[in-house]
Amino acid sequence: MMDRVEELQKRLADVGYIADETLATALQLTLHLKRPLLLEGEAGVGKTEVAKALAALKKTRLIRLQCYEGLDASQAIYEWNYRRQLLAIKAHEQDGLAADQIETEIFSDRFLLRRPLLEAISADRPPVLLVDEIDRADEEFEAYLLEVLADFQITIPELGTIQAVSIPHVILTSNGTRELSDALRRRCLYTHIDFPSAEREIRIVETRLPGIETVLARRIVGFVQALRREDLEKTPGVAETLDWAAALIGLDIQRLDGDPETLRKTLLCLLKTEADLAAVTKEVVARLAGEAA
Amino acid sequence: MDAQPLALVPKMVRFIDHLRDNDFSVDPAETEAALRLLADDHAPPLMRARQSLRILLACRKEEWERFDDLFEAYWFSRGRVRTRTSSTSSSATGQQHPDLWQDHLDGRDRRAQKPGVVQEAVDDDGDAAGEGEGRLIASRQTMIQRTDLRHLTDPAEIAEAERLAYRLASVLRYRLSRRYRQARRGPRLDLRRTLRANISSGGEPFDLVQKKRPDRPVRLVVLLDVSGSMQPYSRFFLQFVKGLVCRWLETEAFLFHTRLVRVTDAVRDRDSIRAMSKLALMAEGFGGGTRIGACLKLFNERYAKRTLNSRTVFLILSDGYDTGSCDDLVDQLERLKKRGRRLVWLNPLLGWRDYQPINQAMMSAMPLIDHFAAAHTLEALALIESDLARL
Repeated sequence: MMDRVEELQKRLADVGYIADETLATALQLTLHLKRPLLLEGEAGVGKTEVAKALAALKKTRLIRLQCYEGLDASQAIYEWNYRRQLLAIKAHEQDGLAADQIETEIFSDRFLLRRPLLEAISADRPPVLLVDEIDRADEEFEAYLLEVLADFQITIPELGTIQAVSIPHVILTSNGTRELSDALRRRCLYTHIDFPSAEREIRIVETRLPGIETVLARRIVGFVQALRREDLEKTPGVAETLDWAAALIGLDIQRLDGDPETLRKTLLCLLKTEADLAAVTKEVVARLAGEAA
Repeated sequence: MDAQPLALVPKMVRFIDHLRDNDFSVDPAETEAALRLLADDHAPPLMRARQSLRILLACRKEEWERFDDLFEAYWFSRGRVRTRTSSTSSSATGQQHPDLWQDHLDGRDRRAQKPGVVQEAVDDDGDAAGEGEGRLIASRQTMIQRTDLRHLTDPAEIAEAERLAYRLASVLRYRLSRRYRQARRGPRLDLRRTLRANISSGGEPFDLVQKKRPDRPVRLVVLLDVSGSMQPYSRFFLQFVKGLVCRWLETEAFLFHTRLVRVTDAVRDRDSIRAMSKLALMAEGFGGGTRIGACLKLFNERYAKRTLNSRTVFLILSDGYDTGSCDDLVDQLERLKKRGRRLVWLNPLLGWRDYQPINQAMMSAMPLIDHFAAAHTLEALALIESDLARL
């Protein structure tokens, strides 16, 4: 298994995702045990990217279900295509078909709109199902999701029960807006993703921005890592680092210790609240740049 | 190869037990999965096994962070019972403190529930407990308060405390929003949406869309101080907090001392005695002093985002004796104020005849508190009802 984890780590790197050993182990376990994986962590540590990378690695589809407050079955599982059904009824009026014939006709697979959950269990090749920000959905939806994840079957009253053709690889992410139920947590494997270590973040920057000079990448990451240790309201994530690195390249800034004022202006890529922007003064920027150099 | 897993089984079962004692939620199926995992993985190196088990067995951040300690404590021969206290405690004084909790629990219940735990002599009078800097304060309180809260043991009075908590919770009642939102059934018709939805039928309104004013429940977040100095009141306050959590939908409860613990789920247990024993286990290893500032900081960093919103009333039950710096406290309270709606501080000491909130922490926090009230007897708590209604 050891080799398998390392191999997985390598293959993830090939598709552009630098995973640490814990995460690679977690993914390996998910694939092995066929259980959903629940990822938690600060915003911007790359939870969603994990699913994308996994899909790329498995060369399979990524089916994404973005959760939000008020998400219901018709958006998550299936819905009948009412317009087409009406049209079909109209069209069949002339044929003089009996009512139950029309009924079997319009409640058939053709008129079913497949939403992500149904889509995921009816694909031929096991897709990656990403249930993003599950904590934003209501508790009722969570309960329903649990049922689907346990049995991998969905019951549609007019059609009967649909069994899973293949078991999807399920990844759930949560940002902690709401406490998730114990039942859901127990059903899943769990991994908490932290901000990456400096070394890993440098590799991430280099992978995502192939043209970047190693020295600059090193400085950027050093700066961001130092910035994360400051007392901020919203700690910048990896996505922010990448944005900032791209901005610096665009502005052709090579050294961070040159002009703190210009540098500070670019910090809006990293700091997303007014209080944070105010807290990181020119002096702080100079100090952080000094640490990073 | 076959002999090894067999030897592993009882050990693994005990390890899972050990995790459960430390408040992990692990069901029997997990034990099997864990064993299978290790068996599949032809004798994995230790680090790898630990990582896999952590992914499998932990299911929330708190557990995730504590797992390594617990794992090491169990597998590296430090023994099970001892590790429990040392792994949960961050302070050196942890060992003595089950004492502190003894009088939150019936002695017999404790014995029945946890045969494996070393018993400390239960002093029925409860006077022996309370140490560190809380000592002086606690003993002064007992002089005055002996007749009321300390002896709140009979079920009728506990029920009364819960009832009171419920009443207080209800006065922070549901507030209606000013704006309307779409609703399946509502008192008013949403004309614009109705027209839009019925375009397909030529404007003939078949499907009516209604709207109503959504309920916007007030949220409660309670932080209860369980330090030595608060000891005479802790039991009563725990009941009070339990009352709030059980009766009020959106409540979060935390205990703090030198460390902050989220106890909402433990308190929600309907069985009052079991809830109390759970709390006792969670609170084991608490130190002697109180660090309100540090605890609030942890709260701000970890829980504030998901628990506080503009409709949250933040309730602190503490006597304000703080061993941390008061600048910290003020900073953290300021951050709290930005996120929450109201800050209420209930201080049992305020009920004393001559008490003035002149200790430094309390003094510096005063300007930030929206409502500051006494909470030393049931009557005193009942009195704040009208004040809370105005918040």
